[in-house]
This record gives sequence, structure tokens and C-alpha cells, in this order.
Amino acid sequence: MPMPPDPAPTGALRDVACPFCGLVCDDLVIDPSSQRLQVIANGCPLAVAGFGRDSEAGGATVRVAGQPATMEAAVAAAARLLCDARQPVIGGLGTDVAGARAASQLAERAGAVLDHMNSAAAMRNLLVLQDSGWITTTLSEVRNHADLVIIAGADIPRRMPRFFERCIANRETLFSGERRCEVVYLGRGPGPEGAAGTSSSTIGCDAIRLHEAFSALRALVGGRTIGATEAAGVPIARWRELAERCRAARYGVIAWMAADLDFPQADLTVQGICEFIRDLNRHTRFAGLPLGGSEGDLTADAVLLWQTGFGLRSSLAGGCPDQDVYHYSAERMVRRGETDLLLWISSFNADRTPPPTDIPTIVLGRADMTLAQEPAVFIAVGTPGVEHAGHLFRTDRVVALPLRSLRPSPLPSAAEVLAAIDAAMRELAPC
Amino acid sequence: MLTRLSGGRVYDPAHGIIGQVRDLFIRDGRLVAPPGPEERIDREYDLSDRVVMAGAIDMHTHIGGGKLNIARAMLPEDHRGDPLARTDLTRASSGHAAPGTFATGYRYAEMGYTACFEPAILPVNARQAHMEMGDTPMVDKGGYVMLGSDDFLLRMIAAGEDHRRINDYVAWTLVATHCIGIKVVNPGGISAFKFNQRMLNIDERHPHYGVTPRDIVRVLSRAVHELGVPHPLHVHASNLGVPGSAESTLQTIRAAEGRPIHLTHIQFHSYGTAGDRKFSSEAARIAEVINHTAGASCDVGQILFGQTVTASGDTMAQHRNAAHASPRKSVVMDIECEAGCGVLPFRYRDKNFVNALQWAIGLEIFLLVNDPWRVFLTTDHPNGAPFTTYPHLIRLLMDRSFRNERLEQLHPDAQGMTTLKTLKREYTLHEIAILTRAGPARLLGLDDLGHLGVGARADITVYRDLRDRERMFATPEYVFKDGEVVVREGRVVAVTWGRYHVVRPAFDPDIARRLGEHFDRYHTMRAEHLRISDGEMGDFGHGAEVVTQPCRE
Repeated sequence: MPMPPDPAPTGALRDVACPFCGLVCDDLVIDPSSQRLQVIANGCPLAVAGFGRDSEAGGATVRVAGQPATMEAAVAAAARLLCDARQPVIGGLGTDVAGARAASQLAERAGAVLDHMNSAAAMRNLLVLQDSGWITTTLSEVRNHADLVIIAGADIPRRMPRFFERCIANRETLFSGERRCEVVYLGRGPGPEGAAGTSSSTIGCDAIRLHEAFSALRALVGGRTIGATEAAGVPIARWRELAERCRAARYGVIAWMAADLDFPQADLTVQGICEFIRDLNRHTRFAGLPLGGSEGDLTADAVLLWQTGFGLRSSLAGGCPDQDVYHYSAERMVRRGETDLLLWISSFNADRTPPPTDIPTIVLGRADMTLAQEPAVFIAVGTPGVEHAGHLFRTDRVVALPLRSLRPSPLPSAAEVLAAIDAAMRELAPC
Repeated sequence: MLTRLSGGRVYDPAHGIIGQVRDLFIRDGRLVAPPGPEERIDREYDLSDRVVMAGAIDMHTHIGGGKLNIARAMLPEDHRGDPLARTDLTRASSGHAAPGTFATGYRYAEMGYTACFEPAILPVNARQAHMEMGDTPMVDKGGYVMLGSDDFLLRMIAAGEDHRRINDYVAWTLVATHCIGIKVVNPGGISAFKFNQRMLNIDERHPHYGVTPRDIVRVLSRAVHELGVPHPLHVHASNLGVPGSAESTLQTIRAAEGRPIHLTHIQFHSYGTAGDRKFSSEAARIAEVINHTAGASCDVGQILFGQTVTASGDTMAQHRNAAHASPRKSVVMDIECEAGCGVLPFRYRDKNFVNALQWAIGLEIFLLVNDPWRVFLTTDHPNGAPFTTYPHLIRLLMDRSFRNERLEQLHPDAQGMTTLKTLKREYTLHEIAILTRAGPARLLGLDDLGHLGVGARADITVYRDLRDRERMFATPEYVFKDGEVVVREGRVVAVTWGRYHVVRPAFDPDIARRLGEHFDRYHTMRAEHLRISDGEMGDFGHGAEVVTQPCRE
């Protein structure tokens, strides 16, 4: 899209990539001249809030047992705690590629379990990938090919505010100057800022009953006779209409956000969506769009996968990698007392703090983080894409965008701190 | 520091050395001329009775990038059977069909390989591919970037643009993505699949752009040639795996109009439709054409029996084959108006007629292509088999009785459909050194790899000369990387991180402006952000150097 008339003052930074949701929009214009970074163009509420925080806020940026400390002392204390722990967990994992690489190396030395703060949602997709697979697509394909987009229970406006602007609302595509894209909301409606300017309809039902809807849709597309009069509380006639619309689409897309399918065994709902898509591809083109990727969750998963062969919720205890999507939940291990040390990394979002626990905790977090409990060690780290450069994977797990350092900062990156702890552990025999 | 490797039987095809006993001298990581009598030898290795070759080069192996990570995510069961514990020296990882990058690097080195080339890098995914290759220890690496189903190129061809502009685009892409060659996968077919086209024959028109696979092969092979990129266009031809695919392959060779062309995993593209089951070998016909087409080369993509996973950019073929996945799961993905990928686990079975014949067809190709400089040893890892099967494959090539014993265990109908038993050829060590060292280096334009002449990088593999060639090639006695011992008795003893090899042909920078406008209009990222900096490459690769290989004048 053409840039809007240029409101940017001199010194404004262009083509800035934003790390505050899985879209990782890379067209932002930011004014770095004041203490709080100002998003001048191509922003959204998440970007404005993320970039606009006061990085000087908060107390001492390095603390041991609640007292200001030097970095060396904090790193040494963290290393000692990791050495002494019988089963440490590295959780949170809100960091960039370099941070995830460093976390993996440290986990190996410490024999730690690795898990991300968003894993509960990520596992809903992973279980499907490991069980049956899927047919999916990416943002630019949606923008150009899709003539029907079904949004299954996802609160996209809140979690990815610019999704509609960037992937649905464009008039021009590679193949047409006059795009027609119909949007159907299943479960949750569009909300006030939804798909403005596009033709849309809503079929209201509870997210927990979406699997019924897709089961009925599969039967209808497969030409099977249906005795039921309703599915997910919606008359079958309505589903029949949608099934016919799907069959007629040239390139249909079903988007979901695993985070919004927050109920037990939601992986089966995702699987229902994916099997419906697979069936439709016997006739036409259809693809899934699993939206996600906040707090660096896809990034951490990607790094662990390529290095060890296993993604999130894996363990390096005993020196060999292993994955268990149930047992290696950091949240579960903390709750059940299966870990005696938690190292929590959260460098994007000050609100994502560690779960309450009595075990010693090391936090690598944002300087403006308010913690309910003072951890054993706190080290403030910079945010990738604000205080330091880095890389982040976008929602599609294909594009890894470069993040820039937007202003000078004394804060280290999570990667630097993790590497320092790793080096300190190496010194502490017999780790 | 001067090192002497003394008394080994040297196989260095680039210099016509075939098993003669030679001393090799290493200084500062490179081979040097024999020193004068006054010079002190600091280190000496007695390699009497040993076979000495340059480090092996895998010119087509899927070791990094998004599709491999999808494969890894899909296959926890595969990794669980092959864990790799950390040691004081090496990192924890896991292996088999889609190993972690650490396991990949260690195991390649443990087999005597010192360079690997990833053959299917999407421009939008190049950064990830280089991150993964950067985390692959021990070996040098490089990649071929995929074009030919990207809308930008298809629009250029459809609009009949000046060829110089197309050359600019191809060159920009190589430079931006730090790659060493251009790959085309099912030319136009990945894009056509997005329009619900399920097959695209060589002269069939793309449903939107009207261009044909033949047009795309012609245009890209010309661009690669005119830019002076040493590696010819790397072609995954139309109709992979389809009975009758041989015809597409022969037409694809013709589409290059006499310019150099490399046909990859040609085994999957050498099928006919004869016989009761309408599936037969056309290896002889394909080999005959390769033999008589000076600019044509191929790698085989041999299949070997057992569990693996297929990972390909060819969404059209992968979607078609999804029902054959074992275990029954598959991922197919359309990607960014540029390409796609498909991943499905697969178990090749020797008692299955089709699989058995695929095995025989691959070996027929190896044995019927006369010129070892134009055929390369690959399994298209992991598509035909994991790369760890290479020693077994080498034995099949070098040992006719072993090959025939295996043949007799196959599906009986497949045995009746192959001429393999009549093929007496046994590869020699000299020929294996060509297939796995000298040939790939020459084809890729790597002047200082794949040979043992003065000035070469001292990447050297030393084997015991065992009758069992599988054992011999599985466990080299020494592997030297840059003149240092990194593997001893088939185990890593020192960790290095290798280099990236790239080409950087010149282009008119106006193409960057055009791409920028195109991306701003149609895409969801800035074109500028496709471009990877040298600094990023260093960060990804543990400080790995980026070596720019020269383009031809």
C-alpha cells in the first residue's frame, strides 16, 4: 500500500519491525526523540503501548534477594542456584532468536526443562501437527488469493489489530484490481473494529462447540445425509449454506487462534478444522491460518526444534533432549512441586510475570515489570526490537524479521545474560 | 605450523591422481607444496595403506529451513529413537530422518563430509535457513534459492520483460539471500496449485499467467548462464513421482536449449508406464540422454528402504501423495506468493513393488550414466533416505554381488522390471571420489574444495581400505577440517563451524526499487527485509566467514 502523507519529523525511523504481536509488521515509522518512543505511522494499540513504555521506570535493574546488586554478583547467584537445583525449569522464554539459542545452551548445561509462557495454546496446534498434519497458508497468500475467510472463534482485532488492514481489506491483489473477499465469523463476532469495508456475516456459537460445527460441515461437504436439525446450536440449513459457500470458494481460508480456543482438548477442535480443510481440497483450494506468535513463542519453538529436534516443552535433564507436551509444562511442574528452581524470561511484556511459587526464582524481565513476589535474582533485560537488535518469527513460522535497536540502552539482552550465567556455571565445578 | 600426511594412497580426481602414494603438506589450513629439506615438519600422520580423499561434499541435502523444522515438529517418534546426548564437546540433539542441526553436522563430519548444500531456500525463508545452517557445526554450507513459482518472476515472464531485467532480479535474489545457486521446483506448478491446478505438464499453461514450465526453465537457465553463476540451474522437474515422468524430464532438458542444466533427484523423474502395473523404469533412456547432452548433469536421489520423511517445495506432488504418508500425516503449505512446501513421513519397503523398483531405478541411473563428473551421489536427504545411509549406498555401487543379493530380496515383480542384474559395473574409489568430491566442487564452482592440490582447503578424509565399503565409508579414521583433526575413528574430537559459500553477481540496483514497490503493494513485509546482512550471517554461523565464489566472465 502507498505510504500515507509523510508526517514524520526528521530523525524518524522507518520500516521498523514491531515485536509486540505475531504479525511482526515491519513498516512502522517511529519517532525516537523523546523518552517514550512514539509510533507515528502504521501503528496499532499494541505497538503504541509496547514502544511507548518508559524504559527508565522501575527500581534497581539488577537485584539479588531484593537488594541492588552488580551484574557479576547477580549472574554468579543465578549460576549457583542453577548448579544447586535438582530439576530446574527455564520458563517464560519471551525472547528472540539469540535469546532462545542462549536459553537452549544453558538448559543443556543445567539439565533444565524448557517451556514457553504461551505453550498451553501452542500445544493445541502441535498435537494436530504430530497426529495428522494440516494444509496451511501465509499472510500474503491470504491477501492475494483468499476469496473466503472463515474466522473460527478468534479475537483477531484484540490480538492482531492490523490483520484485517493487511490481509483482508486490500482492494488490489496480484490477480485483480477489485478484490472480493467474504468474511464469515464463526463463534465470536467481528467486534466494533472488525472487518470494515468487507462483506461479512456471523454465525454465533460457543467456541467449545466449534468442533460440532466442523463435524457437520465435513459431513455436508462429503455429501453425507444428516439427521440432526442443528449443530453447535445453529440450524443445519445454516451450515449447509456455509458448506456450499466453501465448495464454491476458489481459495478459502479458515483462521483460528489457539489462544482463543481455551478449553480442554481444544486440539480436537483444531483437528476438526484441519480435516474439514483437507476434505475441501479434494474439490477446491482451502487452507488453514493458525494465527499466533506473541512473546516469541514460535521463535523459541523454532530454535529448539532445529537444534535438538524437539520444540517447546522439552527437557534436557540427563543430557538428552526429550519432549512431553504434558509433563514438561512449566506451569504444571511449578504447581505440582516437580521443580526446585524457575528461571523466567519475559522481555516483551511487563505483565507476563512468573507464576506464584515458593521455589527460588530467577527473573530476566523488563525493567518496568511489577512482580508480586521478589525473586531470588532479578536482572532487567532489553526488549528485542527496542533496546537491542534481534530476530523474531512471524505467525506463519516462515518469515524471520530483523528487529532493530531503536535507542541506546544500558540494558543487556536476555541472550547476553544467559550466556554469562552459562559461563559462570562452567566455572562452578562439578556442573 | 607444517603438517605432513605421509604415505597415504591419494584419490584426487581433479589432478588425475588415482591411488598413488603421496605425501600431503598442510600449512595455515591449506594444502601447500612440499617444503624444502630445511623446513621443520611440526606434525606428522603416518597414513600408510590408508585411502586419502578430499572432504566429501553433499551437493543436495535438505539440512535447513522451514520445511525441515516442520518435519522435526511432526516426528517426535523419529527423534525419540535416536537421541544424541551432550558431551563436554558436543551439544545435545537427536537424529534420524530429520535430525537436529547439531546432529546433522556431527554425523556428516563423522562420515567424512565437510560441505553440504541446502537445495531449496525460499527467499522469504532464507534467514531461517541460514540460521539453521549456521547452527550446523563441522561443515561448510551454502544454498540454492528457489524461483519459478514466485509471482514476481511469473509476471515478468508473462509481460515479456527484457531479459536483462529478469537477470537483475535473479542476481538480486542470490545476493539478498546469500545463496550460491538457483533452484526451480516443479516450474510454475507450486503457483498453479494455488489456483487448484493439480498437474502441470511442461507445455501446459499456468492458469493465470499463461506461461509454461518450459518458458520458466528456459528463462531461468538463461539468467543463471548469463550471470555467470557457476552452478547450472538446479531443476526439480515437473511431474515428480508420476508414472511417465521421464517424458517431462527429457523435455525439461530440452527446455534449457543447450545451456547447462542440472536435474536433481532424477530417480523420481525416470518413470515410465509400461508393464501390468503401468509403472516402469526409464532409467536407460534418461541415462542415454544425459550421456549425449554435454551440459546436463544429475544427482540421483536414491531411495533406500526404511523410515524417512519427504520434505519438498513441490506442494502439488506432496498433496497428491499425501495418502501414501506413513505414518499417515502430512503438511502442505502455500507460502507468501513465492513458493510452498509439503512434508510427509514415508516408509520405503523392499516388498512393495513401486518402492523396490524406485530403488532399482536409482541404481540403474548411477550405473548407466557414463561420465562420473555429471552424476552425483545423493538420496535427496531425507526424501529418498537419511544421509546416514550413504556408506550403504556406496557399497551398493562398488560391490556387485552385494547389490545383487539385495536385489534378490525385493518384490519379485520389481526384479523382473529392472535390468540391474545385468549391469556389471562396479564403481571404483576413483569414481566415488569424483561423485562425492571433485564433481560437486567443479559443478558448484568451488575452486578450493573437493581436491587436494596446492592451495586447496585442507579438508581431508582418511579411510582404512576395508573390503566392506559400507564400514569403510561409515567410519573414517581421520577427518581434517582446515588442516585440523576434527574426527578420529568416526567420532568428533573438535568442533568447528565451517563457512558459508555464496555468489554475488552484479545487477542494476533499480530492481530493488521495483521489488520494493511490488512488495509494498501486494505483500505483507518490506522487500528490503528479505535482504540478509553479512553481520547477520556471522551471528547465525558462530562467526562463520562468508566466502564469495567468483562468477564466470
